Amino acid sequence: MPSDASLPAGTTAPAPPGPLRAFWRAFRENRGAVLGLAVVSFILFVAVFANVLAPYSPIEQFRGFSKLPPFWVEGSDPKFILGTDAVGRDMLSRLMYGARVSLFIGLSVMVVSMVVGVALGLAAAFFGGIVDVIIIRVMDLIMAIPSLVLAILIIAIIGPNLTNTIVAVTIVGLPRYVRLVRASALTELTKDYVTAAKVSGVGKFRLMTATVLPNCLAPLIVQAALGLSDAILEAAGLGFLGLGAQPPTPEWGSMLADTRDLMLSHPWVMAFPGIAILITVLAINLMGDGLRDALDPRLRRS
Amino acid sequence: MSMLEIENLTVEFKTGSGYFRAVDGVSLQVDKGEVLAIVGESGSGKSVSMLAVMGLLPWTAKVTADRMTFEGRDLLGLSANDRRRIIGKDIAMIFQEPMSSLNPCFTVGFQIIEALKEHLDLDKAQRKARAIELLGLVGIPSPEQRLRAFPHQLSGGMSQRVMIAMAIACSPKLLIADEPTTALDVTIQAQILELLVRLQKETGMGLVLITHSMGVVAETAERVSVQYAGQKVEEQAVKELFRDPRHPYTAALLSALPERAKGRKLPSIPGVVPGQFDRPAGCLFAPRCQLATELCHTTPPPRLDGALCHYPLKDGAPQNHPGLKERAA
Amino acid sequence: MIRFFLKRLALTIPTFIALMFITFVMLRLVPGDPIEVRRGERGISPERLAQLRHDMGLDQPLWKQFLDYANALLHGDFGTSIVSKSPVLHEFLTLFPATLELTITAMIFAIVLGVPAGVIAASRRGGVYDQALMGLALTGYSMPIFWWGLILVLIMSNTLHLTPVSGRVDLIKFYYQPVTGFMLIDSILSGQKGAFMDAVRHLILPMIVLGTVPLAVIARMTRSSMLEVLEEDYVRTARAKGLSWTRIVGVHALRNALIPVVTVIGLQVGGLLAGAVLTETIFSWPGVGKWLIESINRRDYPALQGGIMLIATIVILVNLFIDMLYGLINPRIRHAK
Repeated sequence: MPSDASLPAGTTAPAPPGPLRAFWRAFRENRGAVLGLAVVSFILFVAVFANVLAPYSPIEQFRGFSKLPPFWVEGSDPKFILGTDAVGRDMLSRLMYGARVSLFIGLSVMVVSMVVGVALGLAAAFFGGIVDVIIIRVMDLIMAIPSLVLAILIIAIIGPNLTNTIVAVTIVGLPRYVRLVRASALTELTKDYVTAAKVSGVGKFRLMTATVLPNCLAPLIVQAALGLSDAILEAAGLGFLGLGAQPPTPEWGSMLADTRDLMLSHPWVMAFPGIAILITVLAINLMGDGLRDALDPRLRRS
Repeated sequence: MSMLEIENLTVEFKTGSGYFRAVDGVSLQVDKGEVLAIVGESGSGKSVSMLAVMGLLPWTAKVTADRMTFEGRDLLGLSANDRRRIIGKDIAMIFQEPMSSLNPCFTVGFQIIEALKEHLDLDKAQRKARAIELLGLVGIPSPEQRLRAFPHQLSGGMSQRVMIAMAIACSPKLLIADEPTTALDVTIQAQILELLVRLQKETGMGLVLITHSMGVVAETAERVSVQYAGQKVEEQAVKELFRDPRHPYTAALLSALPERAKGRKLPSIPGVVPGQFDRPAGCLFAPRCQLATELCHTTPPPRLDGALCHYPLKDGAPQNHPGLKERAA
Repeated sequence: MIRFFLKRLALTIPTFIALMFITFVMLRLVPGDPIEVRRGERGISPERLAQLRHDMGLDQPLWKQFLDYANALLHGDFGTSIVSKSPVLHEFLTLFPATLELTITAMIFAIVLGVPAGVIAASRRGGVYDQALMGLALTGYSMPIFWWGLILVLIMSNTLHLTPVSGRVDLIKFYYQPVTGFMLIDSILSGQKGAFMDAVRHLILPMIVLGTVPLAVIARMTRSSMLEVLEEDYVRTARAKGLSWTRIVGVHALRNALIPVVTVIGLQVGGLLAGAVLTETIFSWPGVGKWLIESINRRDYPALQGGIMLIATIVILVNLFIDMLYGLINPRIRHAK
């Protein structure tokens, strides 16, 4: 019987990384996610400092300078880098302020959905019975109506403006948060550490918030990222239909709607708001995918 | 030359933080008609080395070996297509979780006949007849009806019988059984083991039995290879091993058997198998070994008397152990 | 299976009742009582207004009104459009085939491209194909489809002149009576030369636009479901049998991987109808989505109410159907007691 060949020298074992570092390490590995994060940070920066960065006011109309193309096209004016829209407003400034509007809508929807979704989801999971049934039925009902159709219905009732856009988009997206929190809370509730906490006399409210909730956070964070991009798209869709923020607010969706007549003669005016929406949403989704991969331990293993 | 020969097999998994070595320089031989048991705790890499033979490791695994041959054919050098002609025909494998090892979407019959279709030249009726015969062979009552059953309609023991029927469908020369009884009830465990041994005797195939239970080894195997943390620490014929274990780990495993326990309390081995981040510099078993010395903690052991140990045991006493020498002096 | 079906059916009843309640409340909440709106009409007397109010049942207590409304709905009366004065159900059914044709073809487009894309990406995990396909899928998933539609029109219609800009068929060249309501079928039935190709050319851009998001979702879902299934024990068993990679992926893994994909396809139906609103608006596609938006702009609330009720009913029924389908692919559910 031949003996084993001499064993390779034992490699020095690295220390196991901490949770935050492990997360960052996993996140960093995904180049797309890092790119997404960079782009989102940039857009956020532009949105926050739009008043400093933008060359003009987004609603100021420059007579005699309408429908200018961007700088690399013949007939452009160096004063308006990305050209102007139908009534002579600076495209670049409108896009910058538009980032502010879109991110404001998106983030508001996200925060409100998180808070309400966590509250309803945990309530459904913990109280069960009639509370659970009612919450789940209502969520089913919201899901039964196509998102944009329901948003349109809500806007029809409460009227089109920026705040109501947030309300409508929040209601439409809420079921996903509620169901997610409820499902993960129910899963966690069956686990031994929850039983241990119960046995050791932890109060119901504390059990909900301090024991169970942190363990549902990973999927919730991922949902928040995806919810953010959905909200921005949804709001832009409403804006495009004229049911979102009202003119002259520089909202990307409504900017697109304004330019439909110019589509053939001045395609640039139409191109930019769409590109802005696409890049923003794509960057957030890239980031969201990275978050999901980094936070999902099943995928992290490989 | 043995049927299956493995020399210095190493398997590493890529993880988020570097490589984890699951199998570390293992060598093995299996002869025709032989029953070899591979024993070790969970995480000792015993399944991984056999999965490497089958080529079933995930893409994150890196397999290297000086030699890995089956009937003289180099398994590592074969193209995927050539390898498929051996895998499932000449070498078959059954797994630990019979319930999840059968595809829930297809009937038992479909899954057995599929194996026959892949490797044998039988017509439709012959395949069906063979499938019924196989189910009868593994002791499944009313095999004809069972062909139409879906896996979720079978119990764990029945599922494992079906897995065995599927594995022996093409009369393999070597069957690898990876903890075939671990997930089953105790009464069923004995039946399945009996079935495996009977089939092995009847067909004369080689059998590699991967297990963590010394009890199973004693009942079935002829030769035993003991693995610890990816390394083969000892290999002996089963009788010799039980009579005179060479490696302290084997000795500890044996003394943990209820039948062999001497005191009122069942002895256990303190600690767990080292993972990726707590791999010792010297002997991998040193942190859990009662006989470990400074040398054991700092220097990887040589292979002495077939055991991977600085102070291999002989008749229960470590040889050349400084502590014992002092006591003797 | 039948018990499963009945249980599932029973679960939709409360949702349906709540839906009736919401649409009922909605009509009471919208600014502008339908009668008040008419007060401005010239020559309308207060007696006539009261008469109208009585005719519409608006002088009854709310609970009575709700019961009447529910009763009417159950008898297939979804109200009457204020603008066209014709029953909402009739208008809806006239327009719905157009939407159905658009959504079905978009879904087929999405499935036919999405499932293979996901399978290819999963079986080439980490490779060039995987990265390219998933990059495209994420872009599609992030696409503002109203803009995507405009861009496609700009390129395909106005620059390359390959496809028409709007509508379902060239009404100047071709005219025929609708038989099925599906332009693709009717154009063949009409026997007019070139009509079918013309209908296809009209359909192709809206189909792509509407199918883009579901395509991306299905591709991504198929890939991740496939990757999960490929890790399963039974895939290892299949590999241990020495089966070819194509057979492992195409038979053993795909069948199991499709189970969640079917659910996702079902969930996309709601999204498709939402997308149809935007797509139909862009392409002047005469379907219910465009009609819904027009109803809002015309403040035709009964039409809006009935339309939403009908759309939601369809979504509920489709989801029910998908659950049945789910039972058919997954024997574990089929045999569940």
